[in-house]
Amino acid sequence: METRIQREARPESMLINMGPSHPAMHGTIRIMLELDAERILNAEVEVGYLHRGFEKTCENKTYFNLLPYTDRLNYVSPLINNLGYAMTMEKMLGVGVPERAQLIRVLMSELSRISDHLTCLAAMAMECGAFTVFLYMMKAREFLWDVIEFTTGARMTTSYIRIGGVRADLHPDWRGSLATAVRETRRVLKDVSGLLDKNSIFQGRTRGVGVISKEDALSYGWTGPCLRSTGIPYDVRKASPYLIYDKLDFEVPVGEFGDNFDRYRVRMREMEQSLRLLEQVAALIPGAAPITGEPAIEPAEAIRVSRRQKTAARIRLSPNLEGSEKARYADLMTSDRPAALGSTACGVVVPPKEDTYTTMEGLISHFLFFMNGHGIRPPKGDVYFSVEGGNGEVGFYVVSDGTDRPYRLHLRAPCFHVVSALEQLIKGRLLADVIPTFGSMNIIAGELDR
Amino acid sequence: MSGLDFLTTRLEMALGWGRKYSLFHYPFITACCGMEYMSAACAHFDIDRFGAGLTRFSPRQADLLLVVGTVTHKLAPVLKTVYDQMLEPKWVIAFGACAVSGGIYQNYAVVQGIDRIIPVDVYIPGCPPRPETVLDGLMKLQDKIQHQKQDWRWAGKP
Repeated sequence: METRIQREARPESMLINMGPSHPAMHGTIRIMLELDAERILNAEVEVGYLHRGFEKTCENKTYFNLLPYTDRLNYVSPLINNLGYAMTMEKMLGVGVPERAQLIRVLMSELSRISDHLTCLAAMAMECGAFTVFLYMMKAREFLWDVIEFTTGARMTTSYIRIGGVRADLHPDWRGSLATAVRETRRVLKDVSGLLDKNSIFQGRTRGVGVISKEDALSYGWTGPCLRSTGIPYDVRKASPYLIYDKLDFEVPVGEFGDNFDRYRVRMREMEQSLRLLEQVAALIPGAAPITGEPAIEPAEAIRVSRRQKTAARIRLSPNLEGSEKARYADLMTSDRPAALGSTACGVVVPPKEDTYTTMEGLISHFLFFMNGHGIRPPKGDVYFSVEGGNGEVGFYVVSDGTDRPYRLHLRAPCFHVVSALEQLIKGRLLADVIPTFGSMNIIAGELDR
Repeated sequence: MSGLDFLTTRLEMALGWGRKYSLFHYPFITACCGMEYMSAACAHFDIDRFGAGLTRFSPRQADLLLVVGTVTHKLAPVLKTVYDQMLEPKWVIAFGACAVSGGIYQNYAVVQGIDRIIPVDVYIPGCPPRPETVLDGLMKLQDKIQHQKQDWRWAGKP
């Protein structure tokens, strides 16, 4: 198929194709370039190589079941996507979230934000030839993921933040792993600053390259660190605070020129702010009371025990099961039952597994939650909510027709707006400038192509 | 058993040993699994310990194709081209549930497993697989390479 650039190209200029299997294009973007020697005369960006049908798939999933798909949108910071979707649904249903769950959500968001920025800068630096920076930053990311893994059980695709709360309480030793992660990340940030900030090769490839003005950035719909690099201090956490961000002390770093170096600096400084936020939140989260009583047992055993003794003696289930820590359920999951759900016995969260396995009412409410046509059924209407993701404003727009599945779900992916300006940024520049410009934008194909 | 047979089996062993510890891999990274690929390749898990640390970004220099992540119908011809450009002997690892079977994306856009396009030697399940799983898959491939019969047609043997 003839592309626009092939039609418009001058006969004497050279056309080359970059991607989608180019290492710097992250495997999923194709840029067609019209070159005069090394000068880019014209460019055409093609996206859609990772279109996985997210929005259409969601129309066939229940509100509860589509959560794992949100993990895989911006796969560098999955917890923020979970958060965006969960908070959209909470807004639609009108339910609140317990304070401890809110604190845990902030903790997880900031961990994800740091890992997102680390990955972006690591890839950008590696593509410019600084492989050491890549190794250092990946090392820091492992420590952050340790904290996430201890609590959620998964490294990346966690589905930890649920509608109405979070899946489980923090790991008993989370403070130790968090302290290690913060310390190691600080050290890595210092090392990386030393390697890159005054590095003349890095400066030459980033300073004054990929410059965008405030007006252009706004008109393209840029958000996140890319917009802040132009000097506009727009951050969803400050502009329309959610969770407890308005009670926390942090700054919104901004750049000056809107070039690649500013985007690098903004991300570096944002990570420092996120580390500060982590420390503040860790101090705010109270220690959970230790769960006492009988040793935890497996479901089959629980069913046997509950048949034997119908009385009040509480049964503890293996903590691997979701919602098995009933004693802590009130701190982690909302108990609100929106009026819109009508006479159904269930609320918006999975009933505690202890009840499911030991009481008849618990079993019924479990089935009602998961059966087709039941479960979470928000009222008719539409709702939009956005959170500050790793690379901008992650917004979910959900249209409900009153059934248990969304009528339409749209994701406002920050990448999509950023990548639409790529053509303008690289036009007239050298071929080598494509790499740092593209790298500094933090294009995540999962959310770009959805 | 003739003396020649003994020699060829010894030579096969030596070739297999050499090949399994000098894998140059081409990462065909598309999606989420790329993050775990990065982790596996970096300091904590260090794929280099198994002789597969050298990443080549040209298929013509590589002999192990790592298909990391979802392959959509739009991307499928690209994957086929990359595979065809690789020189024999070559091996393919399907990295992650999407490359193995399409994973959770059972819809109009996604290829339901890359073995519909190219032959696959080792399947690594997981969404995404942990780096330990990746290393396990790599060792399985090395085992396969060690015991692989060579193609002796170039030596004039039937």
